[in-house]
Amino acid sequence: MSASAIYVLDLKGKVLISRNYRGDIDMNQIDKFMALMMEKEEEGVTSPILKHNEVTFMWIKYNNLYLVVTTKKNANSALVFVFLHKIVGVFCEYFKELEEESIRDNFVLIYELLDEFMDFGFPQTTDSKILQEYITQESHKMEIIPRPPPAITNAVSWRTEGIKYRKNEVFLDVIESVNLLANASGNVLRSEIVGSIRMRVYLTGMPELRLGLNDKVLFESTGRGKSKSVELEDVKFHQCVRLSRFENDRTISFIPPDGEFELMSYRLSTHVKPLIWIESVIERHAHSRVEYMIKAKSQFKRRSTANNVEIIIPVPHDADSPKFKTAIGNVKYAPETNSIVWSIKSFPGGKEYLMRAHFGLPSIVSEEVEGKPPISVKFEIPYFTTSGIQVRYLKIIEKSGYQALPWVRYITQNGDYQLRTN
Amino acid sequence: MTDAKYFANTKKGEIFELKSELNSDKKEKRREAVKKVIASMTVGKDVSALFPDVVNCMQTDNLELKKLVYLYLMNYAKSQPDMAIMAVNTFVRDCEDPNPLIRALAVRTMGCIRVDKITEYLCEPLRKCLRDEDPYVRKTAAVCVAKLHDINAQLVEEQGFLDLLRDLLSDSNPMVVANAVAALSEINETSSTGSPLVEMNAQTINKLLTALNECTEWGQVFILDSLSNYNPKDEREAQSICERVTPRLAHANAAVVLSAVKVLMKFMEMMNMDSDFVNTLVKKLAPPLVTLLSSEAEVQYVALRNINLIVQKRPEILKHEMKVFFVKYNDPIYVKLEKLDIMIRLASQANIAQVLAELKEYATEVDVDFVRKAVRAIGRCAIKVEQSAERCVATLLDLIQTKVNYVVQEAIVVIKDIFRKYPNKYESIISTLCENLDTLDEPEARGSMIWIIGEYAERIDNADELLESFLEGFHDENSQVQLQLLTAIVKLFLKRPTETQELVQQVLSLATQDSDNPDLRDRGFIYWRLLSTDPAAAKEVVLAEKPLISEETDLLEPTLLDELICHIGSLASVYHKPPSAFVEGKTSIRKALPPRAGSTEENQGAIETQQPTVIPSADNLIGDLLSLDISAPQVTPSYVPPTASSNIDILGGGLDSLLGGVSDVPNNTTTPAPPVSTSGLLGDIFGIPSTNAFYTPPKQVWLPAIRGKGLEIMGTFTRRGGQIYMEMTFINKAMQAMMGFAIQFNKNSFGLSPAQPLTVQTPLHPNVSSDVSLQLNTVGPVQKMEPLTNLQVAVKNNVDVFYFSCIVPMHVLCTEDGAMDKRIFLATWKDIPSQNELQYTIENVALNVDTLSQKLQSNNIFTIAKRNVEGQDMLYQSLKLVNGIWVLAELKVQPGNPKITLSLKSRALEVCPSVYQMCEMILHN
Repeated sequence: MSASAIYVLDLKGKVLISRNYRGDIDMNQIDKFMALMMEKEEEGVTSPILKHNEVTFMWIKYNNLYLVVTTKKNANSALVFVFLHKIVGVFCEYFKELEEESIRDNFVLIYELLDEFMDFGFPQTTDSKILQEYITQESHKMEIIPRPPPAITNAVSWRTEGIKYRKNEVFLDVIESVNLLANASGNVLRSEIVGSIRMRVYLTGMPELRLGLNDKVLFESTGRGKSKSVELEDVKFHQCVRLSRFENDRTISFIPPDGEFELMSYRLSTHVKPLIWIESVIERHAHSRVEYMIKAKSQFKRRSTANNVEIIIPVPHDADSPKFKTAIGNVKYAPETNSIVWSIKSFPGGKEYLMRAHFGLPSIVSEEVEGKPPISVKFEIPYFTTSGIQVRYLKIIEKSGYQALPWVRYITQNGDYQLRTN
Repeated sequence: MTDAKYFANTKKGEIFELKSELNSDKKEKRREAVKKVIASMTVGKDVSALFPDVVNCMQTDNLELKKLVYLYLMNYAKSQPDMAIMAVNTFVRDCEDPNPLIRALAVRTMGCIRVDKITEYLCEPLRKCLRDEDPYVRKTAAVCVAKLHDINAQLVEEQGFLDLLRDLLSDSNPMVVANAVAALSEINETSSTGSPLVEMNAQTINKLLTALNECTEWGQVFILDSLSNYNPKDEREAQSICERVTPRLAHANAAVVLSAVKVLMKFMEMMNMDSDFVNTLVKKLAPPLVTLLSSEAEVQYVALRNINLIVQKRPEILKHEMKVFFVKYNDPIYVKLEKLDIMIRLASQANIAQVLAELKEYATEVDVDFVRKAVRAIGRCAIKVEQSAERCVATLLDLIQTKVNYVVQEAIVVIKDIFRKYPNKYESIISTLCENLDTLDEPEARGSMIWIIGEYAERIDNADELLESFLEGFHDENSQVQLQLLTAIVKLFLKRPTETQELVQQVLSLATQDSDNPDLRDRGFIYWRLLSTDPAAAKEVVLAEKPLISEETDLLEPTLLDELICHIGSLASVYHKPPSAFVEGKTSIRKALPPRAGSTEENQGAIETQQPTVIPSADNLIGDLLSLDISAPQVTPSYVPPTASSNIDILGGGLDSLLGGVSDVPNNTTTPAPPVSTSGLLGDIFGIPSTNAFYTPPKQVWLPAIRGKGLEIMGTFTRRGGQIYMEMTFINKAMQAMMGFAIQFNKNSFGLSPAQPLTVQTPLHPNVSSDVSLQLNTVGPVQKMEPLTNLQVAVKNNVDVFYFSCIVPMHVLCTEDGAMDKRIFLATWKDIPSQNELQYTIENVALNVDTLSQKLQSNNIFTIAKRNVEGQDMLYQSLKLVNGIWVLAELKVQPGNPKITLSLKSRALEVCPSVYQMCEMILHN
C-alpha cells in the first residue's frame, strides 16, 4: 500500500494536478521525475519504477499524460499499477477522454474523485458507477446534499438497490481473441485464445444470475464427460462473482452490476490452426527496390466469414513509389507507420488471396538500423468461437419474479496476432 | 461550462482581489472565489496568505464548497499551524453532522492535517466515528487511526485506539474490516519494538477470511497482505487458510492475484513437499501467473520480477510454460529484458532448441541492450545445458560472422565462459575469434580475448604477436585488461619460454615500474619473484587447474530469496532487495519463511552426488593471481597468522611489503590462540607438504561489508582439544565504531550452538579488525538443513542484525573417538545393506598411501585396516560424528594413479555427500 501522493503530469513534466495522501514526502520531489526518466531512457534502462534517493516513483503513461505515484515505503507495486490503470478508466468514464484539457476543465471534480479513490495511500472506491451516484459534475446545482450510497460499503459494492427497467434484458457477448506468434519459417511458436464474456445488464432490482457454460471440469464432475466441452485454463472473474462457490462446484453465480461490464475472462493455450495464415516472400534488392508477395489463407470453416480483415505489412521507412496489385480488397501505403495495409471487407473460409507490392528504395542506404517488425493481422469472425465455448443457460432470479430475456452473441477476433518475417 | 475559466485570472493584485471576493456576502461569489483559490493552488501558486479568509468559508452547507475548503486546509495547515486551530470547531461539529458523507469527510480531513495542536482535538471525534452507525464513516475512521499513529504514536496507544481498531476487525461490514486490517498492518510495521503491536490469532484470521469473500478488490489485497504476515501454528491451519485463499487466484485484479500467490507461496513452505495438497497447489499457481502476462505492461513488469523469484524458489511451477515468456516485438524494453531472464532460468534440455531459436532471433534485433543480453543468454544456455553447448557455440559463431560490433564483443565474453566450462572442446574456433581482435573496444571483451589467448597460448602460433599488439597501448587500457594481459603473457612465457622472454620482461616492467595501480604492481611483483625463484612453482600457480564455473548465475542468496518471497508484489520484490535496503528509518522485523514441516523426517533414497560447483562472486586479488577472471569462483583469501607459516621465508623481505596490509591485522586485537597448526595458502602455493595437522580451511568472507552495513565477517571452523571452534575476524569497514556484538545460530543439523558469549573487542573502531575464537557445543536445537552442513548465523551489533549462512566443514564434527574396533568394523560393514553404500571418486590426489592415511587420521578419520589387493591399496576408515553417526569408508588407491575411489557406508546416508566433500577437501590441502 502506502502511496504517498499522486500526480498527473503533462509531457514536459509539469504538474497538472496532484493529491498528497500521506505528507511524508516533499511534494517538490516530483521535479526530479522527468530528469530521472530521461536519464534512464538514455541509458536504455527505462522502467516503470524509478528511484531517487529514498523516493520511489511508479508511473504509467496515458495519452499525453504521466500518472505518477510516489512512495518511500515498501509499497505494494502491483496494487499501485492496477490502481493507476483503474483510475484512468474512471476518469475516462467521467470525461469521455482523459487529457490535459479535460483535467483543467474538471479540476474540482478530480479533486473530489481523488479524495474518494484513496485514503492515506489505501485505495478505497474505484467503481465509476457507484462513484457517479454521489460525485457528479452537477452536485452543486442540487439542493439535496448527496449521501454515500450504501453500495460503497456493502458486500455488494457494485450495484445499488432500487434499479428499475420496463423491459428486463441481458445481452451476453462471448468474444475470443486469438493471440498468435509465428516465426519466419512458418512455424507457430505460440498460440492462445483469450476469451472474454461481456454483459450488458438491464434488470430491475437485485437479480441473482447463474451462468452455465460447457466447462469441461464441470462436465466431468457431473458425469457428462462425453459431451462437447471446453477446458478453461485460467479463469478470471469480475468482482461480483462468488469465487469460493466457483472453486467448490464450478457454478458461476453473481449479482451483476448495472449496465456494461466484463463478467469473466479465460485463457486456453490449445494449439489451433491459425485462422488466417499469411505467407510472405520479400525480395530486397539493396539500393533499388523491394518486392512483396503476400498470400493470405483463411483456415476456418467455409460457412463462416471473417469481416474487416486488415493485413499490416511493415516496409522500410525509406521506401518510396508504392505499387500494388491484388485481386481482392484494397491496399494502402501508410507512411506514418511504415507499413502497407491490405484490407479485405469480407473473407470467407477456405479461400486464398494474393497481393503483390513493389517499392523503390533510395540508392543511399540510411545509417539507421531498422528492426524487423512482424506482419500483423486484424479480423472479426461473427457467430463463431475457436474454443467451442457455449453458453448453456443464463438463469435470472429476482424476488419480484419477472421474466427476463438473455441474448447471446459469439465473435472471434484477432488478439496479438504476429507473424515474423525474414 | 468548464472549470478552465478559474485558471484564467492571473493578473497582478490577484490575491487582494480574491480576498475581497472570499469575504463577499453573496454565497455564489464566495464559492467562485474558493474555486479560483484552488485553481491557483493547483498550478503551484502560493495562496497561503488567504488562509483566514478561506477558513471563514468553511461553515457552509454546500458540500462542494466544503470539500474545497478542506482541500485547502490540508495543503496549507502546516504552514499556518496557529490559524489551523480556527478550523477545529467546524471539524468537531461536522463529525456530528447528520449526513454520513460529511462526518466521514471531516474525520478523513482532520487526520491529514499534520499539526500537533490539532491532533489532541481529534481524539474525541475520532472515537465517536469509530463507533458510528454508518459503515462509510467507520471505514474512514479506521484509516484515520493509522494517520494519527503516524503523527503521534504514543497518543494512539494511550487513548486506546488500538483496541478500538482491533474491535473493528470483527465489524459486520467487510470494508470496515479491510480498512481496519490495512491500518493495523501499517501500525505494526512501524512499531518501534519490532514486534507487532496487535497480534493476530486464529479467530481474527477466520474473520478476515470471511470478509475476504465480500469486500472490494482493494480490501482483498489489504486482507491478503496482512494474512501473509501471520504465522499459522501448524500445517493444518496453514492448509485450511490456503484452501480459502486459492479462489482469489481467479480474481480479475492482478494485485489480488499476486497477494494471494504470496500467501500461498509462504504457507506452502510449512507443508510436506510431496503431499498431494502441495502438488495440486503448485498446479493451480501456474495459470494465473501466466495470465498476468496479458495485463498492462507495468503490471507485467512487476509480475515478471516476481516470477523471477518464484522460479528460483520453486522451478517446478512454471517449468512447462517457457513459451509464454517469448518476447513480442512491441513489448516495452523492460518487459523484454525480464522475459529473457526468466527464459534462461527455465531453459532445460527439453526446451533448449526452441529457446535457442528465439535467442538467435532476438540477437538480430535493433535494441542494443536487448541484443547484448540475448547473446549473453546464449552463452548461459551453453553452460547450463551441456547437450546444447555445441549448438550454442555454432549460434555464437554465426553471430560473430554478422560483424556487428557489440554482438561480436558480447559473444567473445560468453565464449570465454564456455571455454572455462568445457575445456579442450571448442578450441578449434579460436582462429575465428582472433580474426575479430581489432574490432574489440570494450574492456570486458578485450580482457576475455586476452584470457583466451593466454590460456591457449600453446595452440595459437602467433600468440606472442597478438599479445604484443595489445602491449603497445598498455597504459591506456582499463585496469581489468592490464591485469589480464599481464597474466596472459606470464602464461605464454611459462608455456613457450624460449621466444617470449623479452615480452614477459617488458610486461613485468610496465606493470611494476610504470603503473600507479597497486593491484597491478603487486601482481607484477609476485609473478616476477615467482618466476625468478622457482619457475616450477610459478607454473603450478599460474597454470593451476581452475575450478568449474557454476551452471546458474545471478541466483539470489537463499535467505534473501526466502525473505523476498514474503514480499511478493511489493517494491522489495521488484528491486530484489530487502525493504531495509531502501526504506529509511527503523526497519521492522525481517520476514522469513516459516520452517518446513517434517523437516526431521528422513529423506528417502540416495542423495545425488553433488557436483563441486562454486557460486561465482566478485573477483579478488588472489582469484586474479590464479588468472581467473571476473566470473571466476572465489578462491578464499586467507590471512595466516605469521606463527603458522614459518616456511614462507623463501620470498624474502619483499613479500612483507606485499602483504603489508595483512600482517598488521592481529596486532590490535585480542589475539586468540592461533590454530594449532595451519598450513596457510602460501604454503599451499609452494607445494610444501603439510601433513600431520588438523586441516583448518582458510577463512572465507561470510558477511561482506556491503551487506553488513560496513561490518565484514570472515571465518572458518576448526577443532582442537576435542572442541569445535568458530574462528572469525570482524572487520569494521564503516565510518563509525561498532559495539554490542552478539551471536546466535539458527537450528541446525548437528545442534551446534555457541558455548560462550561472543567476545569481540569493543568498541570496534573503523578499519580495525578483531579476531575471535568462539567455542561451540553441540547441544543446541536440531533441525535438518539443506545442505546438511549449512549453518545460519545471526550477528547483532549496535547497527543492525545481520544474517548469513556458512558451511561447517564436516571434519570438525568428527570426534576423536572415531576409531572403530576392527571386528566391529567388519561386522558393521557387512551389516549395512549395500543400498546404503555410495561411491565417489576423488581426482588429483598425489599422495602415497601412508601420507594419505596420516592426513586423514589427523582429521579424526581413522584407518582401521590396510590391505593390498592386486596392486591396489585398500584403506578402511571409520569416523564418528558428534551426533553419534558412524560412517565407514573404503579407499581404493592405485599407485601412480591420481584418482582414488571412495566408498562410503552409513546407516544415515544423508551425511555421505558431505563426508565425501570433506575427504576431498582434506586430501587436496
